[in-house]
Amino acid sequence: MTNDQLKEKINGWISGLEFPENKQYLEIVVPAESLLKLSRLLRETPETLFDYLFCLSGVDYGKQLGVVYHLESTTHNHALVLKVKTDDRVNPNFDTVCGLWRTAEWHEREVFDLLGIKFNNHPDMRRLFLDDEWVGYPLRKDYKDDINIIER
Amino acid sequence: MEEVFQDIIIKHSDDYIINMGPQHPSTHGVLRFELCLLGETVKYIIPHCGYIHRGIEKMCEKNTYQQIIHLTDRFDYLSAHMNNEAVCLAVENALEVEVPERVKYIRTILAELNRIASHQLWWCAFGMDLGALTTFFYGLRDREYILDIFEESFGSRLLHSFNYPGGLMHDLHPNFQQKVKDFIKYFRKKLPEYDQLLTGNIIFQQRSIGMGYMSKEDAISYGVTGPSGRGSGFKCDVRKHHPYSAYSKVDFKEILYTEGDTFARYKARIDEMWESMNIIEQLIDNIPAGDYTAKMKPIIKLPVGDYFQRVETARGELGCYIVSDGNKNPLRVKFRTPNFSNLFIINKIASGNKIADLVAISGSLDLVIPDIDR
Repeated sequence: MTNDQLKEKINGWISGLEFPENKQYLEIVVPAESLLKLSRLLRETPETLFDYLFCLSGVDYGKQLGVVYHLESTTHNHALVLKVKTDDRVNPNFDTVCGLWRTAEWHEREVFDLLGIKFNNHPDMRRLFLDDEWVGYPLRKDYKDDINIIER
Repeated sequence: MEEVFQDIIIKHSDDYIINMGPQHPSTHGVLRFELCLLGETVKYIIPHCGYIHRGIEKMCEKNTYQQIIHLTDRFDYLSAHMNNEAVCLAVENALEVEVPERVKYIRTILAELNRIASHQLWWCAFGMDLGALTTFFYGLRDREYILDIFEESFGSRLLHSFNYPGGLMHDLHPNFQQKVKDFIKYFRKKLPEYDQLLTGNIIFQQRSIGMGYMSKEDAISYGVTGPSGRGSGFKCDVRKHHPYSAYSKVDFKEILYTEGDTFARYKARIDEMWESMNIIEQLIDNIPAGDYTAKMKPIIKLPVGDYFQRVETARGELGCYIVSDGNKNPLRVKFRTPNFSNLFIINKIASGNKIADLVAISGSLDLVIPDIDR
């Protein structure tokens, strides 16, 4: 499907989504509460069939925290980007998508480890790289570490 | 949700647990597997990573795009050239810079040479994991030819940092073309020896055929790419499906096997070495004359937005995701490294086998640990 067809299809499922401009991929900003619903529809509808999650990244935008999902369909060869954002920096949480794409389980653990975003219903929400006793989330912009990070 | 999580690990208090690693020769680096054993059979495997986590993504946020190149060498040190290329292409596409044809050709040749060198090292280490020590000498002997070419041209053997946003650091050494042609001529004779030594070996075949089966659906769902994924029939070659540099100008096959076992992953890599030699031969005589770099400003600032670049390294798909806020440093850089995704299928494909077979299966995934931890 072309990007316009995809856009039309997705608008038919859930209304009120934002489609910011992106030169590379079709980009969708989805509210946290519709994330799992939209992901499931994208994954399971035969016309879209996004079965390959090729990147999952957590981003600290300064005020907001967000997660970016890069999806591709290996049958139809179309791709899109899902973005979900939250203003809550104390207890940010989104639904997990690791039931749809298994690779998300470890990518989400990495995001939790480095950015402190929790994923609801995740089967194993532990830190991945750092010690369990580590304080703070290193990839956040307000993270302070006087020993390992030298401010220039 | 039930059926999706069927491979989730359930721990019991009377499980017999032993650790494999972090200092174990067949994990090829500092990776620890927590194994639950039932006699000699592995019940489940929990990988523990982070022993070599250096925070490269955090460092990238404090550095300029030119400086990031030097950090990218350090995750998959056997595909250093392709890692550099990912960042360069992302920056060039964001700035809409057209790099000279000469650069594209040289990048493609170097990427394929690097791929051959990486597969040679994998082949010799894989044979050694299974007790065939001779392979180690054969593989390293041939790899030395490529490293010598690299050393002559860039001054370094492993971590090149030869790519630069906009082009290359400097031009090629005058001997480069002749040396590459000599190497291809030499290696075309030597590669059949690899088959004679290991592929046809009956002990090796018994230990690899039918071992560690990975279905195509699993490969896609777990995001297993590169020769490991293509051994299961997952068409994931970025060079073919999203061509970059000079790959659209060359004629090459995407190596696919459908068996999905250790032997299929092994064969996929051996065939890729042949295919890489074909690609180099098509390009080496036709490198266009011209500049080795496009004109770039000394301070690179990407427009606000996010950019994604996919390249095929020796181990699979590398994604470089840059979020820019318009400054000379990126707001966030994420590297989707192939080994990170390839590692976590290990519990699915190796549990139920013997410990000795776990060594063969993890060897066939060709793990490079700094690439997982970053």
